[in-house]
Amino acid sequence: MEQVARAAISILFDGVAYGMLLFIISVGLSITMGLMGFANLAHGAFAMAGGYVLVSLMLTFDLPFIPALLLAAVAVAAVSVLFERFLYRRLYQADELDQVLLSIGLVFMATAAITFIYGPSTVSLKVPAYLQGQIDLWIGLFPAYRSFTIAVGGLLILALWYGFEGTIIGVKIRAAVDNRRMAQSIGINVDRLFVIAFALGSGLAALGGGLAIEIIGMSPTFSLTYLVFFLIVVAVGGLGSIRGAFVAALFLGIVDTAGKYLWPDGGAFFIYAMTIAVLLVKPEGLFGRA
Amino acid sequence: MTAALQTIALGKHFGALHVTRQVNLSLAAGARHALIGPNGAGKTTLINLITGALSPDEGQVLLGGRDVTALPQARRVKQGLARTYQINQLFSDLSVLENVAISIAERVGAAGNFWRRASANSHVIDEAVELLARLKLDAYALTPVRELPYGRQRLVEIAITLGQKPTVLLLDEPAAGVPSAESHIILDAIAALPEQIAVLIIEHDMDIVFRFAKFITVLASGGIIAQGTPEQIAGDAHVRAVYLGQGGDV
Amino acid sequence: MTELLDNGGGSAAARRFMAGREAWHWAEALPWVVAVAAFFVFPDYLALGTQILIAIIFALSLDLILGYAGIITLGHAAYFGAGAYGTGMLSAHLGWGEPISAMLFGGFVGGVLGFVSGWVLLRYHGLTLLMLTLATAIMLKEGANAAEEWTGGFDGLVGISIWPLLGSFEYDLWGKTYYCFALVVLLLCFLAARRIVHSAFGRSLVGIKGNVGRMHGVGTPVHGRLVAVYTLSAAMAGLAGGLFAESNAYVTLDVLSFARSGTVLIMLVLGGTGRLYGAFVGAAVYMILEDELAKLSPEFWEFGIGLLLVIVVLFFRRGLLGSLDDLRARSMGGGA
Ligand SMILES: Nc1ncnc2c1ncn2[C@@H]1O[C@H](COP(=O)(O)OP(=O)(O)OP(=O)(O)O)[C@@H](O)[C@H]1O
Ligand SMILES: [Mg+2]
Repeated sequence: MEQVARAAISILFDGVAYGMLLFIISVGLSITMGLMGFANLAHGAFAMAGGYVLVSLMLTFDLPFIPALLLAAVAVAAVSVLFERFLYRRLYQADELDQVLLSIGLVFMATAAITFIYGPSTVSLKVPAYLQGQIDLWIGLFPAYRSFTIAVGGLLILALWYGFEGTIIGVKIRAAVDNRRMAQSIGINVDRLFVIAFALGSGLAALGGGLAIEIIGMSPTFSLTYLVFFLIVVAVGGLGSIRGAFVAALFLGIVDTAGKYLWPDGGAFFIYAMTIAVLLVKPEGLFGRA
Repeated sequence: MTAALQTIALGKHFGALHVTRQVNLSLAAGARHALIGPNGAGKTTLINLITGALSPDEGQVLLGGRDVTALPQARRVKQGLARTYQINQLFSDLSVLENVAISIAERVGAAGNFWRRASANSHVIDEAVELLARLKLDAYALTPVRELPYGRQRLVEIAITLGQKPTVLLLDEPAAGVPSAESHIILDAIAALPEQIAVLIIEHDMDIVFRFAKFITVLASGGIIAQGTPEQIAGDAHVRAVYLGQGGDV
Repeated sequence: MTELLDNGGGSAAARRFMAGREAWHWAEALPWVVAVAAFFVFPDYLALGTQILIAIIFALSLDLILGYAGIITLGHAAYFGAGAYGTGMLSAHLGWGEPISAMLFGGFVGGVLGFVSGWVLLRYHGLTLLMLTLATAIMLKEGANAAEEWTGGFDGLVGISIWPLLGSFEYDLWGKTYYCFALVVLLLCFLAARRIVHSAFGRSLVGIKGNVGRMHGVGTPVHGRLVAVYTLSAAMAGLAGGLFAESNAYVTLDVLSFARSGTVLIMLVLGGTGRLYGAFVGAAVYMILEDELAKLSPEFWEFGIGLLLVIVVLFFRRGLLGSLDDLRARSMGGGA
């Protein structure tokens, strides 16, 4: 009996950590898709870039884990601005098909470039000692790294919540997600907002990509492999809804983890069936605007 | 006699905006009915409710006495209700002929057949040619719609709708945006409509309204503020105040 | 041209014009000449040739819904895969290996699945539809993975044994038989597709793609129309899948993968949508390039196709054939 309980807790814990990871990576996609209506299938490529930049910073430049992680996120965010200005922006008014094709093209290019530079196999890095092994969280021992990821995810939610509720820029973004034309007409510079949101989203994705290395692994196929999961988080949660992305990511993380243990063959089937069911009933997602 | 078209206490909200309030409208067969009102009064919305492009929050729409409120747009079209659009809704890459043929093929039930060549539907083509001739569009029949002058495009808009052989016809500002030099072609087309059709026309140009309409309904802020013959409306002080007064040329 | 109608011969001219829209052009013989010539000139490449022909059928089926009706899907592999498994399982489990009927069965399975899923999904639009098609195909793939007993799961479906075509043409190592078979099937599929797009039904699809609101306004049962073409398209994709299963005598989960849905989309867009022959050009160019470049360096190929896609989307949105058209129109305009 106790064994069952312990296994359940362990699954739940892993699931939450995985869910947090999905949230960190996907939340930016949710914001940009809600704000710009862009079906960006290449979002995962920014996460992947974050992971690989982190590896390079640690191996080549000997930076410690946390500074390297932050630097990777900032670097990817900065580079993503170029993509927004020169590529994405040209297709904001285009139909979904063009957006999908452009971003698939970018995924292919990113995958090939990463393979070329880093080779096709999974990369690894050495996390600092304090993130290795178990950590005592009064109710029991838990894997330190996953605890760290959950903590980062938690902090991020608070930060995003504050950012969107309590800062001018956040209010503007929310206004623009709600009604772009209205926002424009009251003098919000939507164009600049797009850049900021895109950079923020890509930076968060990169952060998640860095964190992902130790949890779900990182290889050149990362962005294609997890693409569907990121999209599910966004679509099921509801475009532009941070709360929705959080709920959907956590749910997906837990169900997928539990499925792998309990029902290895059918778990994934169940996830997609659930996704379809949700979208059929609520096409705008759980927390999306109708 | 049952009305060709009737609305009963039709109502619609867009969020906090009450765009349609308690609208009761009745058109007999052969009616020539104008719907006027300031910009944003809810005229187009009313047409959308009648045709089923939007569904009302309350009230009913009756066609020939039958309640069609629950029917989708396409089914209402099949019962003789057709409309034109305030902003052209054309297939701009196709020829004028094909624009009209799409509509006619739909009415006669040819459009569900995926094996019969479109060019073999000679009755559809003949009817299209005849309709275009009636609207004096035949010279443009083979021209892509996007190459037409705007006035003619407005006429194609009407032609597509007439391809449905409607019994109730709703015209949403048919002459809007047409340069005055061309507007007579639209007016001629409207004047030549088969007599038995019930026609509801939305129009800002009072010349057109008074020339065409035998009955006028005035809409403001979503509700009907006056109904009557052109003489009654022209003499109505309230209408003058809210509508005709603001730059109306009567 | 316009005065033709003025001079009383209105209907006749109009009919001639409509017939002209669907008249055969001499250039339409080209792909078939090339396909037949390839049989004799490149006998060593017929296996690749067969796969190209199958890919063309698949891309053609996508063109029906994407190019004509404007339905955007990221899950068209669902119907290809359903056809492949349908045909494959018919042989592997029931021992029926007659190639023509087995392939038709694959088309039937694809069509039924297309009808059912289309009925449900085609009420949705835009991003939601994109997600739904994507999730449907992957769900099917995961389902096939879980139903190991019937599908062979991850290891693939083995034990497919196909009888000689028409009772006399054996499966051969060089792929002669299947090349010819696939070419005939492609020809029939193409003729059907051509017929469909030039029917009044096909015109109404173009209308739906161009302006769905107006089509509601002229009384088109839009949903029914879309379900109909989706079903036809899925059946054609199923035929391609069935042919695929027969020519390889092996089916893996890969037939249902997102990669396959994405690839067929890319092929079609490269060639040009809404013109039937875009499928021919796109699939052939894509697969020949892949065959050549992927051997040299897979990364180079992948990067190249990604870059090509970006360039096509940004600058040549009408695909290879469309751009060729534009070029010709421009040079003719300049010459006149
Ligand atoms: N889909 C919609 N969502 C929200 N508000 C809408 C919508 N459609 C129309 N409105 C609003 O409803 C009001 C009535 O619009 P409508 O188009 O019916 O007016 P109208 O009388 O046709 O005006 P006009 O003479 O300018 O054509 C306007 O204030 C408009 O902004
Ligand atoms: Mg209006």
